[in-house]
Amino acid sequence: MIPELGHFTLWLALGVAAVLGTLPLLGAAKGRDDWMAVARPAARLLFVLVCVAMGCLVASFVRHDFSVLYVASNSNSALPLPYRIAGVWGGHEGSLLLWVLMLCVWMLAVAQFSRHLPMAVLARILAVMGLISVGFLLFMLVTSNPFERLFPVPLDGRDLNPLLQDPGMVFHPPTLYMGYVGFSVAFAFAVAALIGGKLDAEWARWTRPWTSVAWVFLTVGIAMGSWWAYYELGWGGWWFWDPVENASFMPWLAGTALIHSLAVTEKRGSFKAWTVLLAILVFSLSLLGTFLVRSGVLSSVHAFATDPRRGLFILAFLAVVIGSSLALYAWRAPSVGLGARFALLSRETLLLANNVLLVVATGAVLLGTLYPLVLDALNLGKISVGPPYFDTVFVPLMVPLVFLLGVGPLARWKEAALPDLATRLRWAVGVAVVASALSAWAAGGASLMTVLGFLMGWWIVATIATDVWERRQRLHQLPRAMVGMMIAHLGVAAFIFGVTVVRSYEVERDLKMNVGDSTQISGYTFTLLGVRDVNGANYEAAQGIVEVSRDGEPVATLRPEKRVYRVQRNPMTEAAIRPGFLRDLYVSLGEPVEGDAWIVRVYVKPLIGWVWGGCLMMAFGGLLAASDRRYRARARRDEAATAEALPGARHV
Amino acid sequence: MFERLAWRLLLCVFLCGPVVGAAKEAEPAAQDPVTEARMQRIAAELRCLVCQNQTIADSQAALAVDLRAQVREMILRGDSDQQIVDYMTARYGDFVRYRPPLNASTAFLWFGPTLLLLTGGVVLVTVIRRRQRLSPDRFEPDELDVMEDKA
Repeated sequence: MIPELGHFTLWLALGVAAVLGTLPLLGAAKGRDDWMAVARPAARLLFVLVCVAMGCLVASFVRHDFSVLYVASNSNSALPLPYRIAGVWGGHEGSLLLWVLMLCVWMLAVAQFSRHLPMAVLARILAVMGLISVGFLLFMLVTSNPFERLFPVPLDGRDLNPLLQDPGMVFHPPTLYMGYVGFSVAFAFAVAALIGGKLDAEWARWTRPWTSVAWVFLTVGIAMGSWWAYYELGWGGWWFWDPVENASFMPWLAGTALIHSLAVTEKRGSFKAWTVLLAILVFSLSLLGTFLVRSGVLSSVHAFATDPRRGLFILAFLAVVIGSSLALYAWRAPSVGLGARFALLSRETLLLANNVLLVVATGAVLLGTLYPLVLDALNLGKISVGPPYFDTVFVPLMVPLVFLLGVGPLARWKEAALPDLATRLRWAVGVAVVASALSAWAAGGASLMTVLGFLMGWWIVATIATDVWERRQRLHQLPRAMVGMMIAHLGVAAFIFGVTVVRSYEVERDLKMNVGDSTQISGYTFTLLGVRDVNGANYEAAQGIVEVSRDGEPVATLRPEKRVYRVQRNPMTEAAIRPGFLRDLYVSLGEPVEGDAWIVRVYVKPLIGWVWGGCLMMAFGGLLAASDRRYRARARRDEAATAEALPGARHV
Repeated sequence: MFERLAWRLLLCVFLCGPVVGAAKEAEPAAQDPVTEARMQRIAAELRCLVCQNQTIADSQAALAVDLRAQVREMILRGDSDQQIVDYMTARYGDFVRYRPPLNASTAFLWFGPTLLLLTGGVVLVTVIRRRQRLSPDRFEPDELDVMEDKA
């Protein structure tokens, strides 16, 4: 019964979404208040319905209902409860449901927190989001129904992929999707503004906090995924330029460009047309990412060809969404005003250059991700585009970007004088150079690339210090947005330090260890005390016990495992990590070799935690900026104004 | 507390067992660390053909292990890095290389980002220049003129 209830609810949701996607839009066009008023309750109802559907799927997992095909393919009676719940988004159908659920969460949030928006604007925004959910619900019901029954009912399920049986699976996908899907809000605001023909600074002020929050989720989601890969895959890497990673990285890069161009549009009214175009681009990239990951096109272009229904649907959906929004853009953009004037050298132009670099970087990642697919589809040969390519094209784009990151916040809006800027940056240049030299010296030597990394990191730190110093009289009244920006930029510096140091100074050893053997790395002694068998809920494992000491003092006992899950039988490496502020100690267990000996991989990874710490700082900065007083104050004022202007107007 | 005690006991069992006398410096898995490092560097740019997007340096699949052994052997035989990559390409095609070769069909891949950057730069300069030439009344009133604040 429960699966049927879920299935039925999805159809109901589709009906509600269809109403939400049309009636308020028509109402806004014809000025019919009663039609527009449908938007808010419809959005709430849609949220409830999708929640019920999700609940039904979760219940089917929890109750081991293997008569549901999706449950049978992604679960097993021995699967522990947290993974049965996370297993809901372990496959294609469930991730789509999660996607729609996240969309509804954002829709509900917009409906709740946008009371200050004019009725027609809110109606259009919710309608656009409703149309997006129509697309996804239809996709699910037509090609990927998570509630499909299986007959005859199997005795047991095929289990969740062991790689996914990890706490990371519980948190990473929902966070990432919150970010991905969150950009639909920026998109809906942009399309609503284009339809209404009113693109102004006000529009940017409404959009900005939503975009920042979506960006924060995406940042945290990507960082979580990277950390998960780091400890789960067992060879100590944290970013592989895998197409699936790129799929989330592209919207992040373009989204970063968007939050910066929104800053200009809000402050100065300039680049409005460009900002709208970026909002469309970012969401299109989110959709493209979904397409790449979900259509099967990545594993093989030919897999896509054998079951083309899903791929074709997403492709068509992509074409409709991007095509119609671009057509709307082409129609409306020429009438968009120029905004305020600015000089050749000003914060505006620096931010525009930032946008060019970020968009080109997005383009480069897109090119590297799609190129092998296109070549293969055209029968021009199979190639692989991997880390060597991306490192080659990406780093040269990031160097000028980081340089601009230092200059931008110090440059004045409207017009910046070069001599003045040069004087103020003089100290920052000096500090960055000296600090980099000292860092290289302290590290005991550095290659050219390492020095470049230090320079970039210290340049950011030094310019922010300059900014703080210049504002020392008014530090206590610094707006949150400004503090947020500084913290986020410091996060970039921390990230650069982490990447530079771990790449240059990590030590890796592949060892053959007998029980009792030890090895010394960077002052730490790693001793293999033994290997024992352990039994998990649904796996068997060999667990190494490695004692780490420094100068005879014990530091940690690490227990890396080699697991074999009972159902799917492929071996999994569970690395054991002692994280630290300055370094991680990382041990993973390889295969047993002759006698009692094991192959053991031991790493000492300096500053690697800064890679994710930096991302968290960026996210925290974004959160601070999004909660700036002016958005809250403005929201309250607008609300009062609306109430005053329309006596008797109900809050829809 | 009890758990820690249990661990201590367990460790004692391990330590006091027959292995105590055998404790020694662990030997590297490879005979020759220099060759190994070079092998790892080459392997990190080669794709494991039976895995889903992994290098043969990272993969534990049988094929990857074989290919690593092959690379090691070729290094010991005195082949250059280029010769090894060429050999792998001859055997498995361009698909095995994570750094795609530069040829007619990959020219756009390699030059695309530069082209994009140049286009972006030209558009940026053109747009800003055109804005400079417009008369001031085409622009919108300036908030900053009212409340001068560099923030």
